[in-house]
Amino acid sequence: MKETSPLNLYKQLPQTNCKKCGEETCMAYAAGLISRTRKVEECTPLVDEKKYAKKLETLRSIVAPELKMVYIGVGEKQVKVGGEDVMFRHQMTFFNKPPFAYDVADNMDEAKLVERVKKISTWRKFYIGKWQNVEMIAVRSVSDDPAKFAACVKTVMANSDFPLILCSFNPAVLKAGLEVAAKAKPLIYAANKDNWKEVAQLAFDYKVPVTLSVPFDLDGLKSMAVTFAGMGLTDLILDPGTAPNGKLLQQTLLNFINLRRAAVEEAQRDIAYPVMVLPINAWLTTEDPVRASYWESVLTAAFVIRGGAIMIKHSLEAHSMMPDMHLRFNIYTDPRTPVQVKPGIYKVGKPGPESPVFLTTNFALTYYTVESDIASNGIDAYIIAINTDGIGVQASVAGGQLSPTKILDSFNEAAFKWEDQKYPAMVLPGMAAKFSGELEDLFAGKTKIMVGPEDSGRIIGWMKDFWPPKN
Amino acid sequence: MAEKISLSDLNKTLAEMNVQSLEGLKIEGDVEIEIDAGAGGVGPLFAYYFGQEAAKIAMQLMNFAKAVGYPVENLLQPVAIAQAISPAPKDLAAAAAAVPAFRVASTLASAKFAVGVDKTWRNTIQEVTLGATKANGGSRGHVVKLGGEKAMPFFPDAAMPHAPKITMDVFDMPIGMAKAVKMHYEDVINSPGEWAKKAVKKFGADMVTVHLISTDPLLKDTSAQEAVKTVEEVLQAVDVPICIGGSGNPTKDPIVLSKAAEVAQGERVLIASANLNMDWEKIGKACVDNGHVCLAWTQLEINSQKELNRKLMKVAGVPRESIVMDPTTAALAYGLDFAYSNMERIRLGALKGDEELTFPMSSGTTNAWGVRESWMVRSPNKDDSDWGDRMLRGPIWEILTGYSLAMAGVDIFMMMHPTAVAYVHEITQSLMGRIEAKTPDTAAWLKMGV
Repeated sequence: MKETSPLNLYKQLPQTNCKKCGEETCMAYAAGLISRTRKVEECTPLVDEKKYAKKLETLRSIVAPELKMVYIGVGEKQVKVGGEDVMFRHQMTFFNKPPFAYDVADNMDEAKLVERVKKISTWRKFYIGKWQNVEMIAVRSVSDDPAKFAACVKTVMANSDFPLILCSFNPAVLKAGLEVAAKAKPLIYAANKDNWKEVAQLAFDYKVPVTLSVPFDLDGLKSMAVTFAGMGLTDLILDPGTAPNGKLLQQTLLNFINLRRAAVEEAQRDIAYPVMVLPINAWLTTEDPVRASYWESVLTAAFVIRGGAIMIKHSLEAHSMMPDMHLRFNIYTDPRTPVQVKPGIYKVGKPGPESPVFLTTNFALTYYTVESDIASNGIDAYIIAINTDGIGVQASVAGGQLSPTKILDSFNEAAFKWEDQKYPAMVLPGMAAKFSGELEDLFAGKTKIMVGPEDSGRIIGWMKDFWPPKN
Repeated sequence: MAEKISLSDLNKTLAEMNVQSLEGLKIEGDVEIEIDAGAGGVGPLFAYYFGQEAAKIAMQLMNFAKAVGYPVENLLQPVAIAQAISPAPKDLAAAAAAVPAFRVASTLASAKFAVGVDKTWRNTIQEVTLGATKANGGSRGHVVKLGGEKAMPFFPDAAMPHAPKITMDVFDMPIGMAKAVKMHYEDVINSPGEWAKKAVKKFGADMVTVHLISTDPLLKDTSAQEAVKTVEEVLQAVDVPICIGGSGNPTKDPIVLSKAAEVAQGERVLIASANLNMDWEKIGKACVDNGHVCLAWTQLEINSQKELNRKLMKVAGVPRESIVMDPTTAALAYGLDFAYSNMERIRLGALKGDEELTFPMSSGTTNAWGVRESWMVRSPNKDDSDWGDRMLRGPIWEILTGYSLAMAGVDIFMMMHPTAVAYVHEITQSLMGRIEAKTPDTAAWLKMGV
């Protein structure tokens, strides 16, 4: 969406201020559309009443993302790919984090295949109050045998409900896979200069999104995109080639930047499709698995930041998945929303009179880290999140946003009843240890001031040594 | 139409000039198509197939008819054909209209891809030289140049004149380090000179940073007089340009860094750093008086960075070519999003014309080792998938922290792990097109082993 004025969207609304969308006025709703926090479908009169049909159509075309959004899969696990409006995240936000599709191959023996599929499907890591997961599985045809491929796809689907990418340049192989998986709306990879006619027919027959692979030739890629769009096939993903090394790697990045720029800054709709990255290609450059997985992460980082919309990856090692997942999370965090929790007292588990009170700040990352370290170890406790304007412990101690008087005020505001506690005690983060003397004076014996560990991951050990307090 | 007509049949028929009748489909004089739609079983599904088949037939007929001079334009629209069927059941016509005709194109379109450059990028980032050789009154073997960019890093708009540089950390007393880092420095941990040599000779550092942390009143409270001996030791040990850091104590740092600036006079070192919460003027002036470059450090806030840069220039008199910025590095998973966008905004603001921001940037990438995911043996959260080997997890944490910020505009990285240094070097050089390598067939992944 290029439009920046709510007024121009307001013109396409019923202008009745009916409040059905939950906003007080149509103008407020229009502002929500501009920031993409509201959807067109939420204006029910516009959608339901025939007299607004033309306005609805106009509005939809105005708010459509500059970079087309493609849906892969069905149901809860469906992924949205593309749909971006900006070049740099702080210009608004990036919306749809690129799904990571980890590969399996049709020449794997059944047990190994099932094991890998399960590992992909169940991998998880807790971060800022959310579970991070993998989104997709890419099934590669190494055998080039339609029957083997179909059997592999069937096994994958029996063990995972993740959306799939069916990968082969052989139309007969793709067709065999589609016969098994078409209802789950997989992405097919890929049409190229040799097979595009057959693959176009498959995309049409099975109603699935399709990848166009024309490596290192943007004219050729655009030609194919134009050709497919001309056939009415617009659920397209572009593969402009991912070179893992050498000068072509530089060219790869330049291509991604140029494609993104054409889509979101120059409104070139005929090339404005989501772009696929193949960090898996790092594995073609070396026999050393550590080197390959590190380089795969480096490629992933480059294209998470600069316009990759969907990725096929290989390394399931923790030292690959953890950094890649966190980087993607960080880059796709909406910078418009401060990552804070509401200040105040929180209960973890079922805290009672014998439970400790841990102190932390209202920076969401800090709070959820402390919370998960307490909860996952089965500890019942209170946490007080002090309002530091969303700054972490170390920085807010240095910057003055966390101070002894602020702590006193926060407990008073929360009306925490120390007299109900059997062991009235607050546990300071180790990094705020220097406040303990001043806090003793401020609280004047109403509560004990204890110093906890510097990292909340060590609360479990701290509890064993120091809780309940000895005196 | 009980059976579908195959195109090859049609072609054959047309080729034999025998086009009077095709199963259930009649072609007459002026190329009219008649279909008996009155037969039983005609529904939307039929219309759907009909639409496709008719389109194919129409194409063939058009080519054929064109050759013999028939007006054929009307035949191009299968939907129009469906609607022309007589009698036309309403649902059939509606279904035919709703289902888009599909026909595989016969050839690829021929399109050209073109895109412009960003015309709003008008400013050039200030070029800053670190280190001074004999010719310029110092004793360094070479100098290091930062800045000079006219576009975002690795963008097509303008090539970067200088590759990002790496300065490796050296401390003036033993400090706590993650296991994966410590193993590389155990043999030199008590000798800053040897430590610096190892960083340059073995790990390929462009520069070294000597951190005078022992001056912290809470650690050894080493006097400035005593501490700067380490600076002399490092200057003797290596001939790369150096950076001198304090302990971070806002009261002590101005004293220590001013003294260090005097000792290193003429060497054009990077003094790290001046901050709004301390006597920045004293540090700025020490840089000016001794010919050094001042690192202007702010905490994730673009307006504070502008304020500090302005004060250093206008009040302390630091020349433009002697300022580098450190807008703070919050590491991967510990607020990288803030650090990344802050730096990207600073660089874009500079390119678009904000003269208070047109300076090279530095990143304290070593902060990555403060993130629990980089050093903890296992997850404190029992429900997490296994965290694997921390000896492998740590270096990649530092690599991604640094490299991400290279994309945002960082010119110089302060780093610690030798593997991380090597990778950040390699990827930044690669993206500048400076590394020759045979690129494998980029479709080979499809068939590789698992």
